[in-house]
Amino acid sequence: MEPKAIFEAVRATFGEAVSELQEEGFRPAFLVVSPEKVREIGRFLRDDPAMKFDSLMCLSGVDYPDRFAVVYHLHSLAIGHRIGVKAYLPRESPSLPSVDGVWPTANFHEREAFDLFGIVFEGSWDLRRILLPEDWEGHPLRKDYKYPEFYHGIKV
Amino acid sequence: MSQDPAQGGPGPAAGPGALGPEAHVMVGNADKFINWCRRSSLWYLLFATACCGIELMQTGASRYDLDRFGAVFRATPRQSDLMIVAGTVTHKMAERLIRLYEQMPEPKYVISMGSCANTGGPFYKDSYCVVKGVDLLVPVDVYVPGCPPRPEALIDGIIKLQKIIDQKRNFAAAAKA
Amino acid sequence: MKARAEALPTQEMLINMGPQHPSTHGVLRVILRTDGEVVVNARPDVGYLHRALEKIGERVTYAQFMPFTDRLDYLASMNCNAAWAWAVEKLAGIEVPERAEYIRVIVCELNRISSHLIAFGSFTADMGAFTPFLYAIRERERINDLFEEICGNRLTYNYVRIGGVSADLPDRFLEKTKEFLDYFDPKIPEYNDLISYNKIFVHRLANVAVATPEDAVAYGLTGPNLRGSGVRFDLRRNEPYSVYPKIDFDICVGTGERGTVGDCFDRYMVRINEMRESVKILRQAIAQIPDGPVMAKVPRVFKPPVGEVYFRAENPRGETGIYLISDGTVNPYRLKIRAPSFVTMNIFEKITRGLMIADIVAVIGSFDIILPEIDR
Repeated sequence: MEPKAIFEAVRATFGEAVSELQEEGFRPAFLVVSPEKVREIGRFLRDDPAMKFDSLMCLSGVDYPDRFAVVYHLHSLAIGHRIGVKAYLPRESPSLPSVDGVWPTANFHEREAFDLFGIVFEGSWDLRRILLPEDWEGHPLRKDYKYPEFYHGIKV
Repeated sequence: MSQDPAQGGPGPAAGPGALGPEAHVMVGNADKFINWCRRSSLWYLLFATACCGIELMQTGASRYDLDRFGAVFRATPRQSDLMIVAGTVTHKMAERLIRLYEQMPEPKYVISMGSCANTGGPFYKDSYCVVKGVDLLVPVDVYVPGCPPRPEALIDGIIKLQKIIDQKRNFAAAAKA
Repeated sequence: MKARAEALPTQEMLINMGPQHPSTHGVLRVILRTDGEVVVNARPDVGYLHRALEKIGERVTYAQFMPFTDRLDYLASMNCNAAWAWAVEKLAGIEVPERAEYIRVIVCELNRISSHLIAFGSFTADMGAFTPFLYAIRERERINDLFEEICGNRLTYNYVRIGGVSADLPDRFLEKTKEFLDYFDPKIPEYNDLISYNKIFVHRLANVAVATPEDAVAYGLTGPNLRGSGVRFDLRRNEPYSVYPKIDFDICVGTGERGTVGDCFDRYMVRINEMRESVKILRQAIAQIPDGPVMAKVPRVFKPPVGEVYFRAENPRGETGIYLISDGTVNPYRLKIRAPSFVTMNIFEKITRGLMIADIVAVIGSFDIILPEIDR
């Protein structure tokens, strides 16, 4: 299916929760959705017979200049089409529902986004730091991150 | 290093003059002997963290055959004399590296293999979680440069370490102290 | 198990495996909860080699990031180099000369063979057979010699450039590659005779840690691990890039030949068979390669247009995805690397439940993970 058709179909079901289709300069194109609806939209995209997005290729956190975003890249092995889903979040206490119940592979990606961006995924079955030590301070991939001088007495 | 009892030679009262040509006696410098033992059986701890670990593996395998120098890999620090730090060490790993080093029995040596272990390498400038040189954590005997070093370079590092061991004065140092 | 537990009260043990462990392929830590020898829960703990590649990517230019991709998956440096180049070219709209694309495919497939050789060698070494490892390294050294001729390095090549490759192939390189292929092709049956169908080896792998096709897709397995579960999906064929559409090859999938589809043995066998397919691809690429330039005119420092791109390439360990956001400056605004080994570790906890402790080593080896890619 073309991104336009996917956008229309999702919009027909979820209405205003799908606000925009980002197409120009975006490969694949993105559906911009409101963060609190991410899980329902994800389940719809996975289960709808015309969509069948059974594979979550990638889940990334992004620190845009004025806000955060969580980006989902979806692919359907059965049909062979692709789409991106993007949810913008405020910089203060960013959080949105977890999708690890929809695509189990999301778990590690979400833990990584939590670790490096501090984005909280509500309802995740296991949300801990993954790459950095548990007692690390700050979230390094944020643009305003300041490198620490010492960690456990060793110069960074 | 004494008379061979199998030969059924004379007792100890006979004195050294009575030893025949069949007696197995070696007279030498104890330091040299001990150093020779140590340098010829440098069992290294398999501590491969990153890219250099593959070159370490290939050095130990078919073509380069590190066994020729008496260096064979051990899986546990308690049986190793030498730690070859092959690859990047991060802050999360640092504590474990120190613990492994402390578990090795004396005398112990460390070879820092590759740029990451020497100084942090390509991750020196921009990385927030790479330890900038393993010598911040444990004392290093030989640094092998390269990213990653060729097997020849690592073998050269081992030979350099053997030369260092040759110069050790085990007894003289004890006598002075 | 439950009935036994009622009859004889047992206590669960917590065993720590790693990060320094002889058979974890690097600094992976697994926290095992066991009931005697049986694993109740195996939880991977990663991050011991986190080198902040994504942060570095935001601070250097597009061309400067190339050497870091070497160190992303050092067993398949060429593939990572090429994946980065393809992603940036897609973002910036750069046309690459055809000869350069063929050279990339040749070096990528050679690197795939050498990577699978390490997978084969270290996996069999984990299973207690050290000799195949020496055989694998013997062949790998010959590929290293070929790479050394074209770029001077044995492991981290930095050969592929954005817009092409850094230099044309040296004299007689293609003949030497052909000689290598003639030498290597008969070795694959030799490996099978040596170890693949060894009774003990098969017993340790067959029916162990089965990943069903549904699970494999849901948990995001890719590459040989996905195909080991019987899913016929290969990005070189299903989402073709570069000159792969002009080349004919088969997609190897697991068939459950000694057990269930998707067990450790299938994943192992897919890699063995893929080496043969790579030989096929190489022979065709060598026959088809045209003459011409190997580098497009690309300035050292360039500014791609504002945009976002997700490119994925079929690497020896699976799908390496690169998500790039450009804000029109010389540095990437955000770079996310979707590393296949990282995603693969996600299924680990699920499929190791109920196995024996010794099987954990088999599972780690059969996934052919590599730590710098997990931790980045």
